[in-house]
This record gives sequence, structure tokens and C-alpha cells, in this order.
Amino acid sequence: MKLLRRNFLKLSGGASAMAAAAATGLFKTGAAWAAPWNKSAFESKAAAEVQKNLGVTNLIDSKDITITAPDIAENGAIVPVAVTSKIPNTQSIAIIAENNPFPLAANFDIMAGGEGYVSTRIKMGKTSDVRAIVKADGKFYTATKEVKVTVGGCG
Amino acid sequence: MADPMKIRATLQGDTADVRILMRHPMETGTRKTSSGVVPLHFIQSVIVQHNGKTVLDAQWSQAVSQNPFLGVRVKGAKSGDKISVTWTDNKGDKRTDEVAVTAGS
Repeated sequence: MKLLRRNFLKLSGGASAMAAAAATGLFKTGAAWAAPWNKSAFESKAAAEVQKNLGVTNLIDSKDITITAPDIAENGAIVPVAVTSKIPNTQSIAIIAENNPFPLAANFDIMAGGEGYVSTRIKMGKTSDVRAIVKADGKFYTATKEVKVTVGGCG
Repeated sequence: MADPMKIRATLQGDTADVRILMRHPMETGTRKTSSGVVPLHFIQSVIVQHNGKTVLDAQWSQAVSQNPFLGVRVKGAKSGDKISVTWTDNKGDKRTDEVAVTAGS
């Protein structure tokens, strides 16, 4: 019985280590290699927490970031949001709907060859500021735009 | 197998304007139906490649709308270049589609 138990522990220990490795993105399949999904940032429930988990420091307000979104969104389930960054060497753009249950909607890593522009559609639970955080040359820049939501799009 | 994406890549100068429409339920994990809560099911990662080179690596949350739209611009593109898009969802399902860049009107 002792031996069996030991074997079982060994096996289960190994399996959980595998699962942990897979979760952190050590094992990757397919041709395309994705950046690890930032679990802590995506599961943050407050806008300030999102910034902390994205590693944002010394946020600078910038006029070189344009957020294109409606002033009033009738349907919170589909809010078109486009972010244009004219800051040179834009490395990443994060879109944050500050009053959502999980504020971080999307984070885009832009490689050489990509322009500082992304456009997508997000869900918004209620009226809130949409914040874009642009990382360029290791510095963080930000801009916000308020979007009024008539009918919420969460749940 | 997931439904195919609609991708359009048109050239504007030397920049390709890429528009992608994916088909995905993007469940938030909070929506309730008569049979209970619909479990979380959303696209976590989207990768856009230009001739095999990654130009955009996106991480998404459940807050991206159902049947997501993504617009990106790729610099230094030529007519006939290959744009491929791969998404992976939280259940490990994935889909890749590829188009050629067409000259703008």
C-alpha cells in the first residue's frame, strides 16, 4: 500500500507540474507563438489594479493617442473602439473599459511592421471612460474617452 | 472545427489595411439561460502574420464582442503578400486563415 501511495503521489505531482507548465505557456503548439496570456491583468477587477498588473509606471497623458469610439453607445454589447498612436516605436496598446467587471478588454503587442493602430469592438457594462495605454520605448502614455452606454452588454 | 474567418487586406500606399471578422460566441461566463450559466468561452489570443512574420500579437478578454472584428495596418506590404491570422480560445480551439493582399481601389 505504501508503495502504491508513493507512486500515486509521484504521478499526480508530475501531472500537476505539466498542467502548470502548460498554463504558463512553456509548451507551445503550432507555428504561431503567442505571448503568454496575462492572467493577473485580465482578472483584475479595478482599473488601477489592471495598470499595476500590466507593469504600468509613470503614466503620461498624450495627445498623440486618438481613441475613436461613439459618444453614446446604444448597445453596450457592441462598442466600436479604434486606437491610433502616433508615438514612434509603439510596442503595445491596451484597451481598458474602466467600469467593466474586468476592465482590461484587450492588449495588443505590435511588432516591427505593424502600425500603431488597432480597431475592434468591445462589450461595456455601463457608462465609463475607455482608456488606451500605449507603451513606446519602455514608457507608458495614455488617453481616455468617455462612452455613455444606454443598454449594458454584459450578461 | 471553428467557422472560417472573413479577412480582407487592401493596399493603401505601402500599408495594407487588414480587416478581420471572426466567428465566435465570446461568452462572458455570466450570461444565464433557462439551463443555467453559460460557461466562459472566448478568444484569448490573436496573431496576425505578414509573410510569416508576426506583426500583431493580441491578448483578449471576454469583453471583446461576439463575432469579433479586428482592424490592423501592416507597413511595407505589397500586392500579393500573404496575411495570415490565427486565433486560440480558452478551450484550446484554434483557427488559421490566410489571404493575399489586394491592390486598393
